[in-house]
Amino acid sequence: MMSLQTAMLVGLLAPLVVALLTPFLAVRHIWRDAAGPIGGVITFIAALEVAMAVRDGQTPRLFVAQIAEGLAIEFAVTPLGAIFGLVASGLWILAALYTVGYMRGNHEKHQTRFTAFYAVAVHAAMAVAWSGNLLVLFIFYEILTFSTYPLVTHKESAAARNAGRLYMSILVGTSVVLLLPAVVWVWLSTGTLDFRPGGFLAGQIDPAIAPILLGLFAFGVGKAALMPIHRWLPAAMVAPTPVSALLHAVAVVKAGVFTILTVVVYVFGIDFLAKTGASDWLVWLAAFTILASSMVAITKDDIKARLAYSTISQLSYIVLGAAIASSMAVQGAALHIVMHAAGKITLFFCAGAIYVQAHLTKISELDGQGREMPWVFAAFFIGALSIIGIPPLGGSWSKFILMVGAVEAGYIVILAVLGLSSLLNVYYLLEPLSRAFFRDKTRVIDVAFHPLVVVPPVLTALISIGLFFFDEIFLDLAILASRGQQ
Amino acid sequence: MGAAIITNLPALLVAVPLLLAPVSALLHSASLAWMLTLIGAGSSFIAALMLQSITENGVRISYHLGNWEPPWGIEFVVDSATSLTLVVMTGLGFIATLAARRLVSSEINDKDSGKFYAAWMLVSGGLFGLVMTADAFNLFVFLEISALASAILIGMGAGTDRRALVAGFHYLVIGAVGATFYVIGVGFIYAMTGTLNMGDMAARIPEAGGGAVLHVGFGFMVAGMLVKAAIFPVHIWLPAAYSYAPSAVSTLLAAIATKAALYVLARIVFTIFGGVPEIADIALSNVIVPLAIGGIFIGTVMAIYEADIKKMFAHSSVAQIGYIALGLGLTTPAGVSASFIHIANHALIKGGIFMAIGGFVAALGARANLDSITGIGRRMPITATAFLICGLSLAGLPLTAGFISKLYLVRAVLETESYLILALVLISSALSIVYLWKIMEVMWMQPAPVRSPKLAENPAIYLPLWIVAFGNIWFGIDASWLVAAARSAATALLGGGV
Repeated sequence: MMSLQTAMLVGLLAPLVVALLTPFLAVRHIWRDAAGPIGGVITFIAALEVAMAVRDGQTPRLFVAQIAEGLAIEFAVTPLGAIFGLVASGLWILAALYTVGYMRGNHEKHQTRFTAFYAVAVHAAMAVAWSGNLLVLFIFYEILTFSTYPLVTHKESAAARNAGRLYMSILVGTSVVLLLPAVVWVWLSTGTLDFRPGGFLAGQIDPAIAPILLGLFAFGVGKAALMPIHRWLPAAMVAPTPVSALLHAVAVVKAGVFTILTVVVYVFGIDFLAKTGASDWLVWLAAFTILASSMVAITKDDIKARLAYSTISQLSYIVLGAAIASSMAVQGAALHIVMHAAGKITLFFCAGAIYVQAHLTKISELDGQGREMPWVFAAFFIGALSIIGIPPLGGSWSKFILMVGAVEAGYIVILAVLGLSSLLNVYYLLEPLSRAFFRDKTRVIDVAFHPLVVVPPVLTALISIGLFFFDEIFLDLAILASRGQQ
Repeated sequence: MGAAIITNLPALLVAVPLLLAPVSALLHSASLAWMLTLIGAGSSFIAALMLQSITENGVRISYHLGNWEPPWGIEFVVDSATSLTLVVMTGLGFIATLAARRLVSSEINDKDSGKFYAAWMLVSGGLFGLVMTADAFNLFVFLEISALASAILIGMGAGTDRRALVAGFHYLVIGAVGATFYVIGVGFIYAMTGTLNMGDMAARIPEAGGGAVLHVGFGFMVAGMLVKAAIFPVHIWLPAAYSYAPSAVSTLLAAIATKAALYVLARIVFTIFGGVPEIADIALSNVIVPLAIGGIFIGTVMAIYEADIKKMFAHSSVAQIGYIALGLGLTTPAGVSASFIHIANHALIKGGIFMAIGGFVAALGARANLDSITGIGRRMPITATAFLICGLSLAGLPLTAGFISKLYLVRAVLETESYLILALVLISSALSIVYLWKIMEVMWMQPAPVRSPKLAENPAIYLPLWIVAFGNIWFGIDASWLVAAARSAATALLGGGV
């Protein structure tokens, strides 16, 4: 067993080491390609160690540097951070395997650059997860944006460059114009940036301006893709699918909602928000985003675009949970980070597998192709059911708890919103399957079988099932997170 | 002997470069002249560091030139604000000198090199004197020394681009107008107070009882320095001067020249006129703050629409000077320390950027513009990576020096509760990423044109460049020293008294 500090160091540095070694390992492709999965396993073990300690009530800490008076680079793992760290590192293992299959199967260029920046992004995500104060969170939030830029523009085509511009301008723009002043505002009015259970803003700021500060955070965190700042996410789908799968369904977007959840729980404090009603407006905006993006998703024929809008909708579930600011809702939101991650990465893996093996990108092209790729579509089916929230799949827990939380806090209308959203999910996520299995084949496609793109989605689908039965650690952590003042 | 050197440090800081300059002018060997300059620059840096360590805890050194007591003799004053500015200027001056050897040999005739380095040392010595002197007229003398020498250096870019001559001439004329404004202002104040010593001026101005003469004198002095510091809208000399000057000169000027003028501006407003806040504060909040914001936007927008890389960053300098001036304009301790932090960090950022561009120009043998540097990231990875680091620092990416500047400036503005200014600062900061990204995209995300020749990277350029790039990261992670020094500088400036 490693000491906790060592575990934290390992968890933070392993992805960085992978990134730095990749250019040197590039002489032998097998070495380079093995580095990612191995790094993933090491990171995950460290994350598990840390999460266990957090579950036992500890707060693992790691001090790195003192930037200036009152500004420290310090990591301190909160229960929420432990959850996010587990998700990011665990799914990285499978995503790294999948990346190898995808990039090789697709004959993509610049694989070394791709693998290196991919690992840097994971490093940034881990650092976001374990950050001990708002400054560290902000620092690695920005690094996450910059490190994913080369991945989004990987194809170096004009379309990729345009998407990259939109990506950078929205994510960096919102973080500089809104998030940074929000962080500085907190610093100025309280003199500290350290996360504290139960929050530390109560009594330090005027409750009347709390909604404004919350708004700076909610819109400043562009990665949470709250409408109307969601446009970067569909644009980022121009990236190779491994990026969409791990980063734009898990690491990057979850870093966004994680930030909002962390700010609500450890900076504002849910009691403060619940008492002042400062987050009331955010409940309705999140509800609107949930429904509106589901509607948009229905109109999308491109598989990845549809999944992207589905992600926007699902992210707002988590924002909704944070905004409701009851302990049940926060639990639901925290769990949804896990459940949605497992489900959505499965769907993206499948979309990529379909592209690599059959070169299909549109839902209307899937007619009758189900039997050609049975494993892929089976995994897709399970992933979709989990997102919809049907037992016995992980996604049913988080939705259920979220609904209870909404009712508990008196938001009855939200119950209807969540129900309606599930119905829309059923439609737009199961349509590809019904086409694949119940329509006649319109054209014959030569499907090449690539095991490395098929096995990961099957595994993540199994994880989605497993999460229904073995969700204790996540549930424990979520309950810890929602408990507030300790 | 040691003690004698330490007590005479302020004089040596100015005298050494000024005395070495004529020696260098007589040398025919470029290498020898460069060595001499390097020794001069290195010893200035050491001297500045020593002064900084003496003054950082609030000690104030008053040095009487030739042992003539002020107000009859000329007085040099070094406090923590002066010494921080000097450390930044001499440090970057030294690194710019390190890189100058290769940059100069590719752009300047060998037989002119001796004279080039002579002018280089005159600029440095003049600017150091400008910062230290506590005599208002002596300041004008140093202003002229550095301005004439700068014009020569800028004009020497004519070997590669004839437009350098026009740029140098503009600089000379506009700079002379600025200096003249300043000296007219000094005349008025002298007539009123009967002294040229800044400390005495500061003491007598409140007694002299305001009136039109005071206002006019103040206005002329400030206006003159606005020109010298290249604050919008009197910044027009700067873009051409920086972009047509030889690369080594761009590096030196961008890193140290306007910083000295900004420092003097702060001295005029806070020290000389510190006793009449009703005048000084009006100038700051009604003139300097709006102009600073104007400069921030004009500089950023011009940079976005510029295709020539050197010019783009020259425009960006106008914007960055705006940030520094804005911090001063806030008149709060937090604002002034934010300015000092950015004076240091911006010197690091722009010094590195212009050095890297010099490296590109030397390798390409042509001006650097968005076409010619296409795909240069893979052709010159060492230089381009350092450029990338400095660029990210300019954009204010966390863990770089630029982020620290931004953090403290935002904090200072937020503290004064001027939300409009805050919004404008943040928006412009986000806009600055546009021009930066345009370059990064071209450099890294586009393939080099086919059949482009291999470009050689030169360690003599990229080693100093990497020192600066490393500094950008170092001061982004451990800014304790800088933040403390800047706070102490702000206290010294705002505390009144020369």
